[in-house]
Amino acid sequence: MAKTALQFRHNGSDVAIFVDGGTNLLVALRELIGDMTPKFGCGQGGCGTCSVLIDGELHLSCLTLAETVAGRSVETLDSLKQGPNLHPLQRAFADNFAAQCGYCTPGMLMAAKALLDRNPSPSRAEVVEAISGNICRCTGYEPIINAILAASGGRASA
Amino acid sequence: MLELRKDIFADERDDNLKEIGKGTQRQDMLGHVTGTSSYFNDHKLQGMLHLKVVRSTHSHARIRRIDTADADRSAGVRRIIRGSDVPRNLNTLLSLINFGKDDEPSLAVDKVRYKGEPILAIVADSEREAFEAIAKVRIDYEPLPTVFDVEDALKPGAPVVNETYPKNAFIYHDVYDHQKLRFGDADAALATADHVLEQRYQMSPIEHAPTETNGSIAAPDTNGRYVVYTSTQALFFSVDTCAKILDVPSNTFHFIGGTVGGGFGGKVDTLTEPLCILGAMLTGRPVRYVFGREEEMQYGPPRGAERIYIKDGVMRDGRVVARKIRAYFDSGAYTRLSSYAAVKCAAHLPGPYTIPNVYGDVYCVFTNRTPATAMRGFGVTAMDFAIECQMDKLANLVGMDPMEFRILNAYRDGDMKAHRREAKNTALIECVQVAAEKAKWPIRDEFKRASSRKDGGGSRAAIPRTPADTHARTIAPAQQRTTYDRLPAAALHEPPREPPPPAPPPPPSPRPASPSHGAGRFSSVFGTRRR
Repeated sequence: MAKTALQFRHNGSDVAIFVDGGTNLLVALRELIGDMTPKFGCGQGGCGTCSVLIDGELHLSCLTLAETVAGRSVETLDSLKQGPNLHPLQRAFADNFAAQCGYCTPGMLMAAKALLDRNPSPSRAEVVEAISGNICRCTGYEPIINAILAASGGRASA
Repeated sequence: MLELRKDIFADERDDNLKEIGKGTQRQDMLGHVTGTSSYFNDHKLQGMLHLKVVRSTHSHARIRRIDTADADRSAGVRRIIRGSDVPRNLNTLLSLINFGKDDEPSLAVDKVRYKGEPILAIVADSEREAFEAIAKVRIDYEPLPTVFDVEDALKPGAPVVNETYPKNAFIYHDVYDHQKLRFGDADAALATADHVLEQRYQMSPIEHAPTETNGSIAAPDTNGRYVVYTSTQALFFSVDTCAKILDVPSNTFHFIGGTVGGGFGGKVDTLTEPLCILGAMLTGRPVRYVFGREEEMQYGPPRGAERIYIKDGVMRDGRVVARKIRAYFDSGAYTRLSSYAAVKCAAHLPGPYTIPNVYGDVYCVFTNRTPATAMRGFGVTAMDFAIECQMDKLANLVGMDPMEFRILNAYRDGDMKAHRREAKNTALIECVQVAAEKAKWPIRDEFKRASSRKDGGGSRAAIPRTPADTHARTIAPAQQRTTYDRLPAAALHEPPREPPPPAPPPPPSPRPASPSHGAGRFSSVFGTRRR
C-alpha cells in the first residue's frame, strides 16, 4: 500500500512519519510516533478519550485523518507536564480524585485545557459543556467538574 | 463527601482508624493524570500481528461447513485458527474451583448458541487485513429454533440451548436444577395473612461499557514462556483458565495487568487471552486481540437479566409474615459465572428483614442470549430491586410510611435468618434512620428510637417447623468440594434443614452471648473474631 510522507509538530517537536492512506491520527500517534497518552475507546467519535489539540483546538484523533495535520501542531496529554511539575489541571485532577481507572483522563484533561485556554474562568455550566463529549464510566463527572473549576480558580489567583 | 457517623455503635468500635476518613492520594493517580499508566494496549511490540474473530450471525444454528479457502489466500493472513486447533476447546470458568461442567468452547465447532459466538480466529499483519479475510469466510449454517425467555426455556419441549445442560437449567451438585430455600411454612402463613401481594419484576441485561474495551497482547518471551499484557480484572483466574484451555502449565505464562480501563465485572471472563496466546504460539509472533467498541457492546457479556416473582403476606400492623419467591437468572448460552449469581440470589433472600416464613426457588437458566457475567453485586442487585419495590408496595397496602415499615421489619441482632444463621452486626435500622434524617423525611419517635441491638432474638431466634416439599426428594450425593459449601465449623451443629413432618419443632437454638463490645462486632462476619 502506498504510503504518504507526513510532517507535523508533535508536542513542540517536529516529527515525520509515513502513513497508509486512511490512517487516523490516533493510530499515527500511538503506533507510529509511540505517544500512548491518547487512548482508543470507541473509534467512532463517541467517547472522547482520544481527544487532542490541533493548533490549539480540541479534536477527536480517531476521526481525524492523519494526513490532515500536515504542517500543523498537535498536542497530547504528554505535552501538559511542565518539566518535573504537574500542570495545574493535572494537580487539580489528582487532588480532587478526578481519575479512577484513568482511561478517560487523557481526553478529559485535553478538553479541560482547551476550555481554560480560551476561557480562564469558566462557569460550572461551561465546564459541563466543555466535557460533554467525553464519557467517564467510573469516576463520575462531579469530581472531574470540581477539579476543572479548582484549576481555573488556581489560575485566576495566580 | 465521606461522612463518618461515629455516634453510631461508638461503644463497639476501636477508634483507631488510620486511613478511613482521611484523604490519601491513590498510588496510580500520578500515572493517570500524566497519561503514563500502562494499559494492556500501550505496548508496541516488534512484528506484532492482529487477531480478529469470525462471529456467528445466528442465535442458534448447526454449523454445516466452514469454507476458508478465499480467506486463507487473503493478503496479510498468517494463520486461521479453528476450534480443532484449541488444545482443550471446552471450558467453564468456575471449573477452577470444581464448580460446574465444561460447557463453552473457545471457538464453536458443531453449533453456535448465541449471536456473535466466535467460530474462527484470523491472525493477520494488520487489523484491516484481518477484517478483509473475515469478509471472505463462508459459513453454511442450519438455523435451529431459538429460545430467549427464561420461563419458555424451562418448558418441556423447549429447544436445548447447551447440550451440557439438556433441561436448560444449571444443575447444582449433579442433582438440583435450582437453588432452594425453605424456612417455616410460607403457604400456611399466606393463607392467614391480612393481605397478600404478588408481583412480577424483570431486570434487563446491562452492558458494563468500559471506556477501554476487552483485549490482550501475547508475545513469545526469550525463555520459552509467553508474556501476556491483558485488560483482565482477574489476573490469576485468567492465568489458570489459559493454562487449562491451552493445556500447558500455568508457569508458561507471564501475565502483566492490573491497570484496567474500567471493568465493573465485564473483564473477568478471560475472553481474549486464550486465543491471543494460541495465535502467538502458532505464529511465533506477538499477537494482539482487542475488542472493537461494537464487539464490546454487542458480544461482551452483560449483567444477566433476572425475572423475579414475589408473593408476600402482610398483617394490618405492618409485619411481613411470609415471603415466597421464584426467580430466574438468565445465564445466556453458557454458564460463565451465572451459577454463582443464582447462589448469591438465593443467599440474599428474603432481604435484610426478619420474616418468619420464607420460601425461595432460584433457577440459573440457559437461553440463546449473549452469556452473562459478573457485574457489581450480580445476583443480589436485581433481587434487591424487586424486594425494595415490593416493600414500598406493601407499606402502601397497609397504609404505613415506607421508612417506618422497613424499620418495623428490619432484622436485628440475634434474629434467626432464613438460612438458619444468626443475624449479627445488623445495621439496617440505623441506615434507614440516617437516610430519613438526610432526606428530612419525618419518622415517628418510636422508630427514631429503634435499634438493631434492641428487641432482636428471643422468639425471633427460633427456627420454625418447616414442611418438606411434597414431591419426592432426591438423595443428595456426597458433599461437593467447592468454596461455596465450605461451611464454618459453627454451622455444622445446626439442626437438619428440613425435619420430617412428625418431628417436633426444634427448640430455638441457644443464643451465644450478646456481641461483646469492641472491634469484634465488625470482624465476626465469618464467625471469627479479630482478637
